Amino acid sequence: MLASSAREARRGGEAAIGIFNEMFDGEKVRPAYAGLVDWVERTPREVLEQKKQEAEALFRRIGITFAVYGEGGDTERLIPFDMMPRVFTEREWRRLERGVKQRARALNAFLWDVYHRAEIVRAGVVPADLVFRNEAYEPAVVGIDPPGRVYSHIVGIDLVRTGPEDFFVLEDNCRTPSGVSYMLENREIMMRMFPELFRSTRIAPVDDYPERLRRTLASVASPKCDGEPVSVILSPGAFNSAYYEHSFLADQMGVELVEGQDLFVQGDFVYMRTTEGPKRVDVIYRRIDDAFLDPLCFRPDSMLGVPGLMNVYRSGGVTICSAPGSGVADDKAVYTYVPEMIRFYLGETAILKNVHTWKCADPEDRKHVLANLEDLVVKEVHGSGGYGMLVGPRSSKEQIAAYAERIKANPSDFIAQPTLALSTCPTFVAEGLAPRHVDLRPYCLVGREVHLCPGGLTRVALTEGSLVVNSSQGGGVKDTWVLAD
Amino acid sequence: MLSRTAENLYWLARYMERAETMARLLEVGYRMALMPSAGEGYRNEWASLVAAAGSAAGFEAKFGEEVRQRDVETWLFFDRENPSSVVSCIETARQNGRAVRTALTSEMWDALNGAYLELREIERRPRSAAHLPQLCDWTKRHGAQLRGATEGTHLQNDGFDFLNLGTYLERGDNTARLLDVKYYVLLPTTDMVGGSIDTYQWTTLLRALSAYRAFHWSYGGEYSPRKIAHFLILNRACPRSLLHCQEKVGEHLGRLAQAYGRRIIAHDRLGVMLGELAEARVQDIIDEGLHEFLTRFIYQNAALGQDVADGYLSGSTTMRLPTCA
Amino acid sequence: MRLSVRHTTLYEFAAPVRFVAQSHRLTPASSGGQTVLDWQVSAEGAVFGSAFVDGAGDAVSTMTVQGPVERIAVLVEGTVETTDTTGVLRDHRETISPRVYLRPTRAIELSRGLLELRDAALARVAADRALERAHRLAGAVADAIAYVPGATHAHTTAGEALEQGEGVCQDLAHALIAVAHASGIPARYVTGYLFTGGDAGEAAHAWAELNVGDLGWVGFDPANRCCPDARYIRLGSGRDARDAAPIRGVARGGAAEAMDVSVLIDAQQ
Repeated sequence: MLASSAREARRGGEAAIGIFNEMFDGEKVRPAYAGLVDWVERTPREVLEQKKQEAEALFRRIGITFAVYGEGGDTERLIPFDMMPRVFTEREWRRLERGVKQRARALNAFLWDVYHRAEIVRAGVVPADLVFRNEAYEPAVVGIDPPGRVYSHIVGIDLVRTGPEDFFVLEDNCRTPSGVSYMLENREIMMRMFPELFRSTRIAPVDDYPERLRRTLASVASPKCDGEPVSVILSPGAFNSAYYEHSFLADQMGVELVEGQDLFVQGDFVYMRTTEGPKRVDVIYRRIDDAFLDPLCFRPDSMLGVPGLMNVYRSGGVTICSAPGSGVADDKAVYTYVPEMIRFYLGETAILKNVHTWKCADPEDRKHVLANLEDLVVKEVHGSGGYGMLVGPRSSKEQIAAYAERIKANPSDFIAQPTLALSTCPTFVAEGLAPRHVDLRPYCLVGREVHLCPGGLTRVALTEGSLVVNSSQGGGVKDTWVLAD
Repeated sequence: MLSRTAENLYWLARYMERAETMARLLEVGYRMALMPSAGEGYRNEWASLVAAAGSAAGFEAKFGEEVRQRDVETWLFFDRENPSSVVSCIETARQNGRAVRTALTSEMWDALNGAYLELREIERRPRSAAHLPQLCDWTKRHGAQLRGATEGTHLQNDGFDFLNLGTYLERGDNTARLLDVKYYVLLPTTDMVGGSIDTYQWTTLLRALSAYRAFHWSYGGEYSPRKIAHFLILNRACPRSLLHCQEKVGEHLGRLAQAYGRRIIAHDRLGVMLGELAEARVQDIIDEGLHEFLTRFIYQNAALGQDVADGYLSGSTTMRLPTCA
Repeated sequence: MRLSVRHTTLYEFAAPVRFVAQSHRLTPASSGGQTVLDWQVSAEGAVFGSAFVDGAGDAVSTMTVQGPVERIAVLVEGTVETTDTTGVLRDHRETISPRVYLRPTRAIELSRGLLELRDAALARVAADRALERAHRLAGAVADAIAYVPGATHAHTTAGEALEQGEGVCQDLAHALIAVAHASGIPARYVTGYLFTGGDAGEAAHAWAELNVGDLGWVGFDPANRCCPDARYIRLGSGRDARDAAPIRGVARGGAAEAMDVSVLIDAQQ
């Protein structure tokens, strides 16, 4: 009976042709999951159920919460945590790692280029208007040289898997990819609850991420910094949906968590207000959008930012991570050119594939999209978090018709992609273990060196058959294991 | 540390202490209400409690002139319209804590957040299930838990000093207010002094301050206003006495001066206050009038709080070189 | 022409403010049409810093004042040798792509009226005659919006000014930028000084630059129906008036402020 609990994860009606099951290859357990299946089969179901409740209680106490936009009411809702980890072998991971690092390097090279001579535009590889008329292209930082030529210091690449060797990049996050606190907490909870699993399996640790982030930030301190660089995390404050993550990271890194009001500009530098008087700040890891950074440069009504910060940044007195203007690299229309960027800047072929993308701004593509909406996923170019997207195969005729009108009204705001057969991973649901679709966001740190943390955030769509993994849309999270050989 | 962090720590501690005082006040009221009514000359005990809590106007605006036990319980424990209710205090304390999550140890956050989460459970339960003495105990227990976590896990650094400044400035203020309720509000007529009701009220006050047994140990069983005034004002061994609180404030201000290599106005003001209090005799206080003395103390204590805010918490931008203390 | 400038901006606050920060674009850059001989920005009790030259070639710096303060006077003084380049911006060091100046902002949002104005202006001009098109647009804006001091306010948009039929130099420049964008011509907002020879004109002035084919950036001043010449000093540029503002500031402590600007310009021939 117990043996069936893991095995049934393979069935669940899914085995829907063509969907890659991460745990099972037909009747066979894939090598990455061998130890895990063994463990599940040995553990009584009641124990698993009890562990599940413990995990939830632990999560709530520790305080991971996630404000769900537009839901109102309880702003501190728990993000569902699934105990069943998602596992990669070392070999699988090595390839992913090379692919992610390659992409992170190319994206940073692109950012430096478009804010300087824009060779990639001159060479006719990327259209001028896609860059210069892009809302995320920031004229205020043209010609500015961030230390190490790094713009995006933390690159989060959203990946999906469709087969043993097939990974696709869904989107790049070059600004302030969130979720890394879940990666760390998921691991912490798993280690507390299942120490025997960690004893019997060699799993690459992720808990040095905060320290590596701290070192990454310090490595890009301005040349004007004398002595040990002072880094801070700039948060919009306790009412922000990701505030937990901001404070968690600050705590783990041993740096101050500041808000705009804690900083002020004088002369060539930025200072923080402390009980001992002003203290100079060299690196700001900001978790607020460009538009709110500095009322003297961007939105004049911003109360979250620091007046004068951008001038200090532009004159080299402080490093801002990610650099203002980084958003132009993770635009969903720019995304389609990343393989060309990799060729242009690195002279390499992209290791990770892009999902084929139709740009609705292009008349031919638009025609195709409008004719095939029921099979496609359509996204807003500037949207994020799974909001405002159309999943054709799961939408009604009326929804599709309404969306078609939106596309026709503003075609350049939309791109479309085929509906991918996201891989599934066994997940605890009410009935026991069942396959659910997953994606993956690994975190790549870019300073003087490039480092990919061996793990990441696996998001899982908890509704049967659903492909939307965003926590704002009912998704959950899993621990992600990279096995050591 | 960030001025804002120091400010949040300071207020976190103050609000937790205040929540406890509200619970202690409610306990006083509950025990006094168990006594047979003492006749015409009395104002209702519950009314005096609301007055002592400093929120009579807000109460009257909401519930009208008649003061009923249930309304007072609601007002002092559950009501979010009352910024000093236990619920408001704990929520404010947690908000302050959440804003500086990184400055707290996980044990402290667990204590604080645990109290907050349990409180929300309590609120969801039917009111009849929430028995007042249990609610009071619950509040004191969580206050003690947070202080214990602070004492046992927080680095003994400047953050620790700001937490303690908040605790002891608030506690001094609260002891003065509680003492004032008994002496000034509950017993306006002198002919009751020494009667059984009077004794009962004193014991209740001591119990509410968790100092009933301590008083016995120190002074023997007999209650006199003089002894109790001595105990709660001048006995430095009593953890809630005014002198003890001020000495604690002095200790933490001293540590800050040493750590930062500079003194602020608060150091001077405290020096004067402490000098006066340490030398005072009960007779001096009685001569001045207990109420007058307590009013003056509350005023000076508030001024000291303001000095601390100006000197450390407001984030002055003046570039200054450290000068020696 | 040698022009000397004395430009004072005086802020008075109803109550003392705790902190004032300003970003200044108050220093002209030397280019083909102007050589800066000396130039100074000062304010009593203020700290200056964070100076750099941005991608558009403008010198930017920060001024802060730690309050409490009730009154701040920012004084700009300097001398510039100018020559007439018939509006063409020559030898100005900048790296930013002109395509950036095709993006809309709220102030230069297109309206039906602006589109009609463009259509009428360009009706009989060949698409490849870029300079002529630019002149036609500037002329059309000057015809459509009368220069009337005080007719509009700081937040009036190009479309609103056109509808009203009157405006100040800011409105005319915005309208010209908007119709240029609608014609596919990159255009930007320029601030500076205009020597008017003693008669009461606006000494602090604003106009537009249009990116015209091989010529590059060319200035057009619709308020005076001309291209900038030796009477003009070019201070800085931006996508619209807010972006190009010589002074952008905030005061913390939130007291109402009154601002008084005076500009004196003298010429030595």
